[in-house]
Amino acid sequence: MDIEKKTYERPIIKPLNSGLMNKFGTRTEYAPKTHIDGVKVKDLIAEYGSPLFVMSERQIRENMQSAQRIFETRYPKVQFAWSYKTNYINAVCNVFHQEGSWGEVVSMFEYNKALKNGVPADKILFNGPDKTDDDLRTAVKNDSPIHIDHLDELYRLIEIADDMHKKPRVAIRVNMDTGIYPMWDRFGFNYENGEAWDAINKIMASGKLNLIGLHCHIGTYMLTPSAYGVAATKLSVLALNIKKRYDKIITYIDMGGGFASKNTLKGSYQLGTDAVPDIEEYAEQISSALLNAGFDTDELPYLYLETGRALVDSAGYLLGSVISNKRLSDGRRSTILDFGVNILFTAFWYDHKVSPAQEFSQYTEDTVLYGPLCMNIDVVRENVTLPPLNAGDHVVVHYVGAYNITQSMQFISLRPAVVMIDMKGVPHKIKSSETLEDVERNELLPSHLSTFEL
Amino acid sequence: MKIRKNIAVSDSGFIFNPLTGDSFSVNPIGQSIINSFQERKSDKEILDDILQEYRIDKNTVEKDLNDFIRMLENYKLID
Amino acid sequence: MSKPKYTIAVTGLNAIDSPGPGMAVIRSLKDAQSFDVRIIGLSYETLEPGIYMHEYVDKTYQVPYPSAGQEVLFERFKYINAVEDVDFLFPNFDAELFNYISLEKRLWDELGIKMSLPTQEQFEARHKVNLFDYGKEHGIKVPFAKMIFNTTEIPAIASELGFPLVIKGKFYDALIAHTPDQAMQHFNKISAEWGLPVLVQEFVHGAEVNVCGVGDSKGETIGAVPMRKLFITDKGKAWAGVSLDDKKLLDITRDLVQKTKWNGPFELEFMKTNEDEYYLIEINPRFPAWCYLAVGAGQNQIEALVNLTMGTKVIPFKDYEVGKMFIRYSQDMIVDMKEFEQISTLGEL
Repeated sequence: MDIEKKTYERPIIKPLNSGLMNKFGTRTEYAPKTHIDGVKVKDLIAEYGSPLFVMSERQIRENMQSAQRIFETRYPKVQFAWSYKTNYINAVCNVFHQEGSWGEVVSMFEYNKALKNGVPADKILFNGPDKTDDDLRTAVKNDSPIHIDHLDELYRLIEIADDMHKKPRVAIRVNMDTGIYPMWDRFGFNYENGEAWDAINKIMASGKLNLIGLHCHIGTYMLTPSAYGVAATKLSVLALNIKKRYDKIITYIDMGGGFASKNTLKGSYQLGTDAVPDIEEYAEQISSALLNAGFDTDELPYLYLETGRALVDSAGYLLGSVISNKRLSDGRRSTILDFGVNILFTAFWYDHKVSPAQEFSQYTEDTVLYGPLCMNIDVVRENVTLPPLNAGDHVVVHYVGAYNITQSMQFISLRPAVVMIDMKGVPHKIKSSETLEDVERNELLPSHLSTFEL
Repeated sequence: MKIRKNIAVSDSGFIFNPLTGDSFSVNPIGQSIINSFQERKSDKEILDDILQEYRIDKNTVEKDLNDFIRMLENYKLID
Repeated sequence: MSKPKYTIAVTGLNAIDSPGPGMAVIRSLKDAQSFDVRIIGLSYETLEPGIYMHEYVDKTYQVPYPSAGQEVLFERFKYINAVEDVDFLFPNFDAELFNYISLEKRLWDELGIKMSLPTQEQFEARHKVNLFDYGKEHGIKVPFAKMIFNTTEIPAIASELGFPLVIKGKFYDALIAHTPDQAMQHFNKISAEWGLPVLVQEFVHGAEVNVCGVGDSKGETIGAVPMRKLFITDKGKAWAGVSLDDKKLLDITRDLVQKTKWNGPFELEFMKTNEDEYYLIEINPRFPAWCYLAVGAGQNQIEALVNLTMGTKVIPFKDYEVGKMFIRYSQDMIVDMKEFEQISTLGEL
């Protein structure tokens, strides 16, 4: 009888390493992840296929509510705006909107997506260096706050405003030295060299634009919360100078995004879960900088936050399956998975946590995890300690909710479906897997190329 | 397959190769395969034993067994 | 009055040619007059000599690498503590301190294990990459240093500071560069091993002098012994050293402990120039591998630290013997394969 037989585990032999201490060690992460929000990984794959992105509605709401609580207990006027580029599947966006988030977009494509989702236009923050005249006109007409990135845009917007006889609500994006590297000085106007103040003077002198906010976005995956304190202080100085010089009250300071999620950056010695600052630490820095800046109580600006990654990364999982195990020529074990860097773009900079989706014994092997693409760069993990996986076994990649779905490439194979597990533990398909028809929909074949003989 | 003489597998899955000075650890199934080799069982017999004892298909066992033997060769544990 | 008996866990059993401080800490604990000890060794590798030195280490447990994360480490301690009921823990590696500082409260609250560590803020502030600012804040000379993320910044720094330059890794390693090419080579080597940023530091000519000591978190220095290395191995480690009578250095040390309210053990590394100026090169928030010299010179700072942390009254050391030397030696232990098997397969010995 099959039932009587023992669970199989591949035979493994490991040399007992008598070499010197490897200071980076090996990460051990083989605790199995069999369920997501109470739903079996096995069942999800059986129903929706492999690979599969899974979003947890519960986790998104918890992250959002917790971040809101953390900021609101420290600062009286807080408004989050969902960063569309981080994950713009409509179902995901709408969970954030239901939690009270506005929209933050960096292109007309995203702008239209937010409008279509029902975000009121005056609650869509329009960021980014690439806004065409048409884009600007639309935003002006709809009264969306426009965050000006460079001088060309500033001049064009003044002309458009003049032309449309409408005074657009604007903010300028400011870049600055916050003591961290790299400095994101390619976006916005520089603080230290006076460029930002010049831009403000131009806006005020034109009389055509209604300067209501100041915006910055100091970097990504910021591990130094104090940099936010520096940034908030510098923006406050600008706001107070505007008040002093023009008697104009700046109604919001937008601190952008950049809070890190709990992923482990490549080359980092500590695990992300141990080393990454908590949202409290960012909140503490920002709120105390704003509260201590010297604003009159009734003129305290709103704090806008465009946090993306830190709110959604932990709510996303990528499920996949083992295609095969191989032995590399140097004796290392390698495991080929059915997903690669085409859909797990962040594998380029994170050592993603990868768990088996079934129970195992305590025996482990060091393994390279490869994706299925015929490309040498397709490496999911360069070295990971996992139990011996068999072909057909499933794995779960953690913290993939940010950027992977929006940046995934249709390359060599079709992109997988996305499922969201609701608050009651019921899975909903929120995006179907791609089909050949989807990919070819926009292709056109000239008639002389329609037939051939071989 | 013939495991080199003097190579002993302890109950804890520890292997010491007195010829080279290397030591290794194996999981229980690896341990029982080595024991079977020492009992002069053939690859075929070992494969049948595993299929008898575990819930697994023949192809997988064959592939894993070959890989395991290759590693034993690689580590100079068989003649 | 009967002496208390403490169970004390110690890491850093790698008493090899570039030794961890563990064995020196253990010898000091064994010398303690005010308490008896049972020593629990904590090892990362199976060949750390301390594992097999049963006259010093009563029992050893393998612990996960720091990079495996705090949860895994805490789980391991739950297991170890259930068997051993550990009173006190001495982390001895720089790379593991971050995790232990983060776990300090949980280890005490949930397992009753005490440690004596700097706060996370103190730990970060004295970090190599922040040391220059730290020195400025506390009025101590520190060689100018800059964190860099790529080699393009090297020429600018070189033209400002001149050669030689010291290129340092985030956690370990320091290499001296005499030319721009060397600086770039060192950058590449160090960043490959230790990641970014890499520190480029002004080279200070002089003699290295170090201080081993303990701060009580209220500003008082419990003990401090200065030492100069007499012989340095090719790995830059002291092979012999001598305790010094250096008032100025002790004053600088006490002043720093006072200003920073330093808690726990420390090693201060200074460069003393020909003009008798002291430049602080590094602060290690742990005992150094040569800490037994302090014991030999009359200050069992290790014992004092345990007493301080366990709530026993400690009178700060006032004196020590000048001119005491340490000369390190290595010897070959004879170990049975059975012991290696046991630590390798069971993770305990």
